[in-house]
Amino acid sequence: MNDKKLLEVKDLKVSFFTPAGEVKAVGGITYDLNNGEIMGIVGESGSGKSVEAYSILGLLQSPGKVIGGSVTFEGEDVLAFDKRKMESFRGNKVSMIFQNPMTCLNPVYTVGNQLIEALRTHNRTISRAQAGQRAVEMLKLVGINNPEKRMKQYPHEFSGGMRQRVMIAMGLICSPRLLIADEPTTALDVTIQAQILELMKDIQSKTHMAIIFITHNLGVVAEICDKVSVMYAGKIVEQGSVNDIFYSPGHPYTLGLLRSMPRVDAQEYERLIPIEGTPVDMLNPPEGCPFAPRCQQCMKLCLQKMPPYVELGGGHRAACWLRVQEQVNGVDTAGRADSGEADSHA
Amino acid sequence: MMSAEHMKKYPIGNLQPDVESLLAWNEVAPADFELASAEEKKNFIAQRESVSYWADAWRRLKKNRVAMVALGVLGLLLLFAFAGPFFIPYAYDETSKTAGNLYYYHYTLEEQAAIEEAMEAAKSAGRRDASQKSIARELGISAKPFGYSVQELERIAAGEAVFPHILGTDTLGRDILVRVMVGTRMSMVIGVCAALIVLLIGATYGAVSGYAGGRVDTVMMRIVELIYSIPEILVVLLLVTSLKPIIDDYLLYHPETGIAKFIAVIGPSILSIFIAFGLMYWVSMSRIIRGQVLQLKQQEYITAARALGASGGRIIRRHLLPNCIGQIVVTTCLQIPSAIFLESFLSFLGLGVSAPLTSLGSMASDALNGIYTYTYRLLVPAVVLSVMILSFNLFGDGLRDALDPRLKK
Amino acid sequence: MRENYLIEVQNLKKYFPVKGMRGPGVQAVENVSFGISQGETLGLVGESGCGKTTLGRTILRLYEPTQGRILYRNEPIFDSGDLPVVDEAGRESRSRPAAVNMLPYRRKMQIIFQDPSASLDPRMTVGEIIGEAIDIHRLAAGKRERTEMIRELLYQVGLNTEHANRYPHEFSGGQQQRVGIARALAVKPEFIVCDEPISALDVSIQSQIVNMLEDMQKELGLTYLFIAHDLSVVRHISNRIGVMYLGCLVELAESYELNRNPIHPYTKTLLSAVPVPDPQVSRSRKRIVLEGDIPSPMNPPSGCRFHTRCPYATERCKQEVPPFREHAPGHFAACHLLD
Repeated sequence: MNDKKLLEVKDLKVSFFTPAGEVKAVGGITYDLNNGEIMGIVGESGSGKSVEAYSILGLLQSPGKVIGGSVTFEGEDVLAFDKRKMESFRGNKVSMIFQNPMTCLNPVYTVGNQLIEALRTHNRTISRAQAGQRAVEMLKLVGINNPEKRMKQYPHEFSGGMRQRVMIAMGLICSPRLLIADEPTTALDVTIQAQILELMKDIQSKTHMAIIFITHNLGVVAEICDKVSVMYAGKIVEQGSVNDIFYSPGHPYTLGLLRSMPRVDAQEYERLIPIEGTPVDMLNPPEGCPFAPRCQQCMKLCLQKMPPYVELGGGHRAACWLRVQEQVNGVDTAGRADSGEADSHA
Repeated sequence: MMSAEHMKKYPIGNLQPDVESLLAWNEVAPADFELASAEEKKNFIAQRESVSYWADAWRRLKKNRVAMVALGVLGLLLLFAFAGPFFIPYAYDETSKTAGNLYYYHYTLEEQAAIEEAMEAAKSAGRRDASQKSIARELGISAKPFGYSVQELERIAAGEAVFPHILGTDTLGRDILVRVMVGTRMSMVIGVCAALIVLLIGATYGAVSGYAGGRVDTVMMRIVELIYSIPEILVVLLLVTSLKPIIDDYLLYHPETGIAKFIAVIGPSILSIFIAFGLMYWVSMSRIIRGQVLQLKQQEYITAARALGASGGRIIRRHLLPNCIGQIVVTTCLQIPSAIFLESFLSFLGLGVSAPLTSLGSMASDALNGIYTYTYRLLVPAVVLSVMILSFNLFGDGLRDALDPRLKK
Repeated sequence: MRENYLIEVQNLKKYFPVKGMRGPGVQAVENVSFGISQGETLGLVGESGCGKTTLGRTILRLYEPTQGRILYRNEPIFDSGDLPVVDEAGRESRSRPAAVNMLPYRRKMQIIFQDPSASLDPRMTVGEIIGEAIDIHRLAAGKRERTEMIRELLYQVGLNTEHANRYPHEFSGGQQQRVGIARALAVKPEFIVCDEPISALDVSIQSQIVNMLEDMQKELGLTYLFIAHDLSVVRHISNRIGVMYLGCLVELAESYELNRNPIHPYTKTLLSAVPVPDPQVSRSRKRIVLEGDIPSPMNPPSGCRFHTRCPYATERCKQEVPPFREHAPGHFAACHLLD
């Protein structure tokens, strides 16, 4: 296992300068990723999870701009890439697949054509015939039967799940070290989602590439991810291994999410405990912890100052004054014993 | 937490968080929490200023310089047409035997005498090319602005204040500027009325056709296509010429009815124009509205209205048409210049407004006679007409961009 | 079948003829029969093309059914008799079912839509949207009563009554959905079709709406047909669950029973495919992953429509449509392998 960190994001800040004002979409997030790790970024709409992924690949469109922080990939400063460097970086070292496969494939080119183009953009020396062969291999890898025949077909002849597989093939064709998947299964049926997740797990175990998996679905995160970052209102509120997040959540938002989700394997009726309130208006984010107005355990301090990260052990950290209080007093006010009960299974 | 008292205070699905139980968890005095609750409440519902659709569109429109200039020009034309005549003491149909055929410039009485002399001299010297202007130039006399007849100049010399004929007069001595103003007014009114007729018929037809769908829609659209294929100008010409005797007859035998009075005012030709518009020009509006309705029909709020039991008429009136209002406004606005053009064209042919009413088209037509000597008499109404049509078109375009829902957000 | 169903559906078919194509077209709902008792929540799950949304809207006659019977308190609101309204070739048959005036039923049966921003007229204020329901059925004697009713409804769904003259776009998704619910409640219905009411909402808001729907059901004695693709939520809120695949009802059982003891192969696959927010459970369970894609409802497979993907398909499954029968008390399924 390579010790060097693959991706390091430090205090990344992204804002959108709209006519209505500055929307601080991402307010300073820090995380890192090693080779072969699958990290899940969980958040709702408006949490900034997609925006920060776009900024890694320089895909932000105005009025969005990176206004602070750094992104380092294999030691290089990605934000400082010029146009040329960025073009050779995208699709090659780091690939991205998107939520809606319907709109991400060009309808006037055959699938094979698009795959070949993806490959030859980064590898000028390879001939069309060789590129074609590699494309066929990729289609086989992602589980599309009759790849030679399907190469010549157009995107509209593929179903949703198939198109997503084609997208994955396109993303993987240059053997990237990192794949960013932005809600890749959200638009798919649940059985197709299961197929795609199995596929991704399978490919990852073969190629050992790292994956950043952006989603709002905690079930998917539980299934595929090694580490998890929970984002709320443009900030990472909790980070840790998947077991830490699910079995000992350190942030009230994470806890709230877990308690408000019904489980398909529950044995009896349990009333859901929702998170009250509505998501934050990013145009005027409040002072202090963005989750405070909705938090059951909100303290006066939470409304005034943004809490710092507290290390909870083993790379698990949460930004919450309650955890700070605990560390200071040695007292457990989180009621995590409750959550332990709710999540334990027979 | 779920006591009956609690339930009463916080009804089902309440958005307000349970402040009381929050207090139980905290180390802070309740008084200090006052701040938090107010703040929390504020954060719940989007406090962004409510921007209505029109305010938003107006903001976009303001940014469009061309459209704003066009709007300004239209405003000026409106003032010109409706308020202008109040400043000029001549009526548009006031003829004058002595003040006929005046230019927009004049020479003083002494200058005129001098020019006469010189012209006599030139004629007897055999020069053929001696015109008033050339002689004046030779003599070094420059023209003074505005037109005055000889009689008027004499009256001025006598000390009377006489309002000038700013653009001169026509053959019958009527002041041209006033006639241009009245003509513009006429063109605008006809344009707007015709556009409204188109709007009423076209929008209703299109909405009903689009909402009904199926065979009804097909039949209605075939009719539209039929009408489309007929050359409109020919029909209008036909209507105008064939309706004239009928209307004249009607006026003769039923002069007391309200309709007769109305027709008498506007003239049979204008009535024919309105009828022609009502018969033919609404088709493009109906197509546009039908297109919009077909799209909107698929929207879920229409299904929701149906699920509530709303009748078709109610849905068209309260859901479909209000949501088409952007298209309606724009298309109507762009219909006005076509109507104005048509009316001018007809008047030019002599089939439009009847004397003494005037319109820009008929003024242009009148001006054809003296086109070489009195060129400006054609230019002035033509320029005003062109500017008016251009401004309506540019403004309509700008309006379309501003109201385009795709650009919203 | 029990006689005291609030709403009952018998052999319901809904086909959408496709222009320019012969044949029945899109066979969205194929021969579905079930009943819902008063006060019950029947959940309906399935993936794309299963016809659950079509079914929900067809029951309300927002789409005209092709064939079958729909009974409300044993009164037929649609009965095509034995003759189809649209025959196999997509042509309309000359015999039409007796017309039923739906207006009184529109009061008793209502619907909540998936996308709240699309189901609210953007040009009307929230008060007008709710008021329309009151106006159509003339539920208020005068203007003051109408305003009072609107305020009461807004309060009931947890919205600020002062916001009756705001436009939908000024509210968040969750609030818009509450407006949609208020509108449905305005006519005081007995039966509500919930067509994916939470799918378009943020995760943290979904449970608020779910709780609200549950509370309203208890307080107002409502009956729900809860349609969703998220099996976890459906399982939570429903008393019984029906599983649909490509227009057919393949299994119907009490919700916990369905979870403990699914008997149709498709149900088993579906259950194993639903992600569980619990890493240990998620990674330790056996996943049944199906091959291939969901066929198109325009061209459904013969016999049992699931046979193309079923790991246990036999020759009989290809030929014969399996009957939807009771295999255990209250537990129905359509599968040849269970005989």
